[in-house]
Amino acid sequence: MIESFLIRAIIAGIGVAIIAGAIGCFVVWRKMAYFGDSLAHSALLGVALGLVLGISTNIGTIIICSFFTIILIWLQQKKILATDTLLGILAHSALSVGMVVLSLLDRSVDLHSYLFGDILAVNSLEIYFIIFGGIFVLIFLYFNWASFVLMTIDEKLARAEGINVLVNQLLIMLLMTIVVAVSFKIVGLLLITSLLIIPAASARQLAYSPEIMAIISSALAVFAVIIGIFSSLYLDTPSGPSIVVASALIFVTISLLSFIVKTK
Amino acid sequence: MENVLKKMSFLIQAENLSVSRQNKNILENVSLNIKKKDFITIIGPNGAGKSVLLDCLMGSFIPDSGKIIKKSNLSIGYIPQNFIPENSMPISVERFLKLNKKFSTSELINLSKETNITDILKKNLSNLSGGELQKVLLTRSLLDEPELLILDEPAQNLDIKNQLNFYNLLNSIYKNRNLSILMVSHDLHMVMSSTKQVVCLYHHVCCSGEPQTVAKDPEFISLFGNDMAEMMSVYQHTHNHSHKEILND
Repeated sequence: MIESFLIRAIIAGIGVAIIAGAIGCFVVWRKMAYFGDSLAHSALLGVALGLVLGISTNIGTIIICSFFTIILIWLQQKKILATDTLLGILAHSALSVGMVVLSLLDRSVDLHSYLFGDILAVNSLEIYFIIFGGIFVLIFLYFNWASFVLMTIDEKLARAEGINVLVNQLLIMLLMTIVVAVSFKIVGLLLITSLLIIPAASARQLAYSPEIMAIISSALAVFAVIIGIFSSLYLDTPSGPSIVVASALIFVTISLLSFIVKTK
Repeated sequence: MENVLKKMSFLIQAENLSVSRQNKNILENVSLNIKKKDFITIIGPNGAGKSVLLDCLMGSFIPDSGKIIKKSNLSIGYIPQNFIPENSMPISVERFLKLNKKFSTSELINLSKETNITDILKKNLSNLSGGELQKVLLTRSLLDEPELLILDEPAQNLDIKNQLNFYNLLNSIYKNRNLSILMVSHDLHMVMSSTKQVVCLYHHVCCSGEPQTVAKDPEFISLFGNDMAEMMSVYQHTHNHSHKEILND
């Protein structure tokens, strides 16, 4: 007899892994790791907003992260400061404001579970968010795939061929926002980036086309999440770090294997 | 106006384009007409506004003032500057060519033979040499059978041998197909030998016309210096001697 919390954890984990694996490819290709990290940091302010307004923390996160993205793009267009400087300012300010607001709240908040994830405590509402958010992300990815890939290869070429680069760039960022919003409960705000980039980086060594890379990346992320959940359950370790450790081990194994195959 | 354009066989007619950014004039009253079977090369120092002009003509940048009239349904093939694919994305040449494009396999095979990339179709895009990459980009730009090919410094990163190969290929494509070419280039030997018209741009059109005429233009000489002007005429001169047969046929 499997416990229902475990079933919820597995469904949530698989859902998050599939979309994080696929979007993670774009994070790797477009060098958006720092953006992903900043988005996740600012998500804590979203959690605070959700708790203050009494709405879902997922929705609070989507609102704050979208806001974050729009401010970032607006500041980028001004070209006064480099993107990584802007990200640093925005992300850490948002994280700190989030922390301050959370500490001012009248009730006790389990900060640890937001920062490092608590997949075994996922509730049904959060599962709905993951499923609907996940379907939304996959549909958008499917229909914009060629444009996204072309734009990632060369923006000028894409623009000349009639693709609205700014809109598509915003779309990718919005999809990342959704991924962050639905997955912080699983791996934690501080570790979301690793769920985005480690499976994708592992998949790069096995794939020969962008589509296959995304599929392998999702599959590896699912694998890592399942190993992580069970080790979290049986070793009583925090779920987020356990998933990331599993993911990192997969990366190391694949890297070693492909190194051996190539040198032979 | 459309009718007039058709009669004159204009593909693009750009009048008095001006662009300024942060109080600097990037383009000042630039006019340029591209007709059928034209082969125009834009030359000019760095920062002269060449790429901005191309962006305006392609419609990806809207000039502050001026008018651009295009032939209706004008299809444009484009080769960007500095195309260097990242190794983080695995993608074969064939898949890259097919991204967002609709064409039959036989079209691809025929075109690959013409541009000599049949052997590298299965290769990873990021593993190609500079010369191979330019051929792949040329192939992609030709897939929609464009009436106008726009190239932004296509041979910038190539060594001399690959430059010559690329320009020979471009020449044969120009001869065999019913298309016009607009190119930004610094490769003067190429400009002198193939281009019908040179436009010298430095925020405004300094001078334009046949290559040998431009080389003698005082404004060209003041912009590029005597050495450059002499070099241009030398190229032309040498060319007439060594390739007379080819030029005459």
